[in-house]
Amino acid sequence: MGGFLLDATIYLTAAVILVPIASRLGLGSVLGYLIAGVLIGPVLGLVGSETQDLQHFAEFGVVMMLFLIGLELEPRALWDMRARLLGLGGLQVTVTAGIIAAAAIALGIYWTVAVAIGLTFALSSTAIVMQTLSEKSLDKTEGGRGSFSILLFQDIAVIPMLAFLPLLAMPDLMGSGLEHAAGHAADAAHGAAEHGGGDHGPSLNLVENLPGWAYGPVVLAAIGIVVGGGRYLVRPLFRFIARSGLREMFTAFALFLVIGIALLMTLVGLSPALGTFLAGVVLANSEYRHELEADIEPFRGLLMGLFFITVGAGISFEVFLDDWSLILGLLAGLIAAKAAVLGILALIFKIRGRDRWLMTLALAQAGEFGFVLLSFNVQNQVIPPDLQPVLSLLVALSMLVTPLLFILYEQVFARKYTEQEPERDADEIDQRGTTIIAGNGRFGQIVHRVLRASGYEIVVLEHKSDFVENMAKFGIKTFYGDATRPDLLHAAGLAEAKQFVVAIDDKEQITELVKHVRRERPDIHIVARAIDRHHVYQLYAAGANDIIRETFDSAVRAARSALEGLGEHPFEAEKAVRYFVRHDRETLIKLAEAWREDVSVFENPEYMAIARRQNEMMEDTMRNDRETGRNNALDRAWSPPPVRPEEEADSNEDDDATR
Amino acid sequence: MSILDDNTQPRRILILAAHPAPRRSVAGKALRRAAAEVEGVTLADLYAEYPRQDINADREQARLEAHDVIIFLHPFFWYSTPAILKEWQDIVLEHGWAYGHEGNALSGKIFFSALTAGGPETAYTPEGYNHFPVRTLLSPLEQTADLCGMVYLPPLTFFAAGHAGEDNRIDEHAAEWKGYLMALRDHRLDIEAARKLPLLNGQLNSLVKG
Repeated sequence: MGGFLLDATIYLTAAVILVPIASRLGLGSVLGYLIAGVLIGPVLGLVGSETQDLQHFAEFGVVMMLFLIGLELEPRALWDMRARLLGLGGLQVTVTAGIIAAAAIALGIYWTVAVAIGLTFALSSTAIVMQTLSEKSLDKTEGGRGSFSILLFQDIAVIPMLAFLPLLAMPDLMGSGLEHAAGHAADAAHGAAEHGGGDHGPSLNLVENLPGWAYGPVVLAAIGIVVGGGRYLVRPLFRFIARSGLREMFTAFALFLVIGIALLMTLVGLSPALGTFLAGVVLANSEYRHELEADIEPFRGLLMGLFFITVGAGISFEVFLDDWSLILGLLAGLIAAKAAVLGILALIFKIRGRDRWLMTLALAQAGEFGFVLLSFNVQNQVIPPDLQPVLSLLVALSMLVTPLLFILYEQVFARKYTEQEPERDADEIDQRGTTIIAGNGRFGQIVHRVLRASGYEIVVLEHKSDFVENMAKFGIKTFYGDATRPDLLHAAGLAEAKQFVVAIDDKEQITELVKHVRRERPDIHIVARAIDRHHVYQLYAAGANDIIRETFDSAVRAARSALEGLGEHPFEAEKAVRYFVRHDRETLIKLAEAWREDVSVFENPEYMAIARRQNEMMEDTMRNDRETGRNNALDRAWSPPPVRPEEEADSNEDDDATR
Repeated sequence: MSILDDNTQPRRILILAAHPAPRRSVAGKALRRAAAEVEGVTLADLYAEYPRQDINADREQARLEAHDVIIFLHPFFWYSTPAILKEWQDIVLEHGWAYGHEGNALSGKIFFSALTAGGPETAYTPEGYNHFPVRTLLSPLEQTADLCGMVYLPPLTFFAAGHAGEDNRIDEHAAEWKGYLMALRDHRLDIEAARKLPLLNGQLNSLVKG
């Protein structure tokens, strides 16, 4: 236990110190984590061999990340991607593997080993690339989408690779061979997803002992469970949990979803990342999407961070120093070869300008699956054990270099093309709703309907699940979630929103929410619902721009109807309430200055004096207006002059002082 | 359609009355009451129907189509109508309906303004402090009616209306106003002769036929 606490403290300390620094310097969080890892690993020697085990565990962050990516991608969007996914991804893997294998053969490596190395290094790092792309808001650009297509294909391609690689085992070392290939494959996939290399038993695989013909149907059934379950089971389950009102149950359920699907995929020998990605896509249309995002996001972030740290910590200085010139040469060669293939593919697939450079530089590293495939290859006697340290180091170093390539992209290519093609950006930018409406009850609903009918993009959050589903019956899309949770607001797009409407009904929560939103986004426009007059002052102090008393306007309308009910001309009634509203607003401003947060208004003599004076003034004005009919506030503009016009004209012309 | 037609159907008259402070309106109130007594007249109080000035174009257009004579009844505010009547024009007189190539919904209808002015008639002369005759000051309305293919009549102006009560002039003017409404309704008014006058005031007897 003590050892665990010590390790955890070391990892967390390194991350907490270095990641914010890297972030502030514009290097991105990934580089911060990697440097933190290098510091506590090879430099200071604070952590040792356990990083290897930790890394396998931390790779589960990739599974979670793909789930989250899936949530952002609607099924139709995935279908639209198919040509790129297969074309771009397929060509990238085969061509890159071929070139690297050829280079390895040229360096005197036996061809089976060379092919294994080629396949291993053809893969890129989903973890680093997707994290960096979303951090730099590049994930919705052409280059970002192309990169994602390739990464997704690679994640799928790992499975057949794991089945194929054992066939390359050295003839003289070949022991178990063919018949165990499928089992090993699934085993390793499982290892990648959960923890440990190949040291646990094969008991978690259902398809291992099945005859070949049965494998296909089992896999299809598993995918069917994910898709069908996502479509028909998740919603009633969420409703059931929402009724309990226990927030941690949502987190538990979200984790259960991701881990359960990963387990199911592992059982049938499929990639857990692929399975959760699919589940994410199925749930992308769900009203619980933002809730799921908010629940999974912190786990993903921490696991990914841990993963990056372990990559940094796993870099071996001894291996590097032994052969530094060779290793640097190989690293440069690897990145150049991968980048060249990517650049040419981008050209073929008509990805232009800065997007081409983004794709070229973003994916030029080897990835986390490289580690998995390397140890898998060594276990299966495909790659001789003495090559592993150097190859592992290459994978790690190439990942370490990636954030630097992103910086190169930003500083050189993005800048260059910003000047050349400013108009291309419009359709690439994230299409997040411009107004977030918190609360979709009697108040928020009106705001929601008016904005939607006026053609504005909105994201509506509502914490009553029954409400969310009843709205869906009217074809109105709302997302389930407690709008007072910062993580959920983040998932709903607070960082990019243009406006925030607080329409929930709890007074304290409204104030807290306004404060939070103002803190996060000093520049956003906030429209807030106020429960009463005193709440207006609190909301003003909290930083709301427009403060709307929830019952004021309707009460004013009721007063107007009451005046009309007494036989007043409708426009006279209208003028009376217009005067009242204007006077009330002036009073509110005067009272706000006298109002004290911690003093009841009834014990605040200054406040009471102003309130009394203002009220008398209003009653005088409105009554006076009826009785004397002159110099009044309501009809000033429409009253005839007090003197006969011809007399006035005379007096002007004659300058008659007597009148 | 001839202006002096032999149509035996009575003309339907629509009065669009507008006063933003009806409590202060003395002469205007008398004119509204007088108009309400004439059979075949529709009296619409625009500020009562649209206290928030959200004028419904469809409803107003349908009402115009159902009448043959359109009259604005209003105080003379800054040589023009109160704001709601301008708003009414802006919203109701749509292109393609009131004017333009296919806009002939108002074609042939009679239009004029019945207004209450603070100043005496002498003020609305080149020598007076208002310098221009009322008909000249109302030329935007005249041109609007013309563009819409309407038959424009000169204004019926109640001068020095603010003091009409003291001078006992209200009944006299209200009677003339009612006389015009009935003559228009019954096709007894010489429209062609009326069109050429600077004002309708004091001309009722010479314009009524038969």
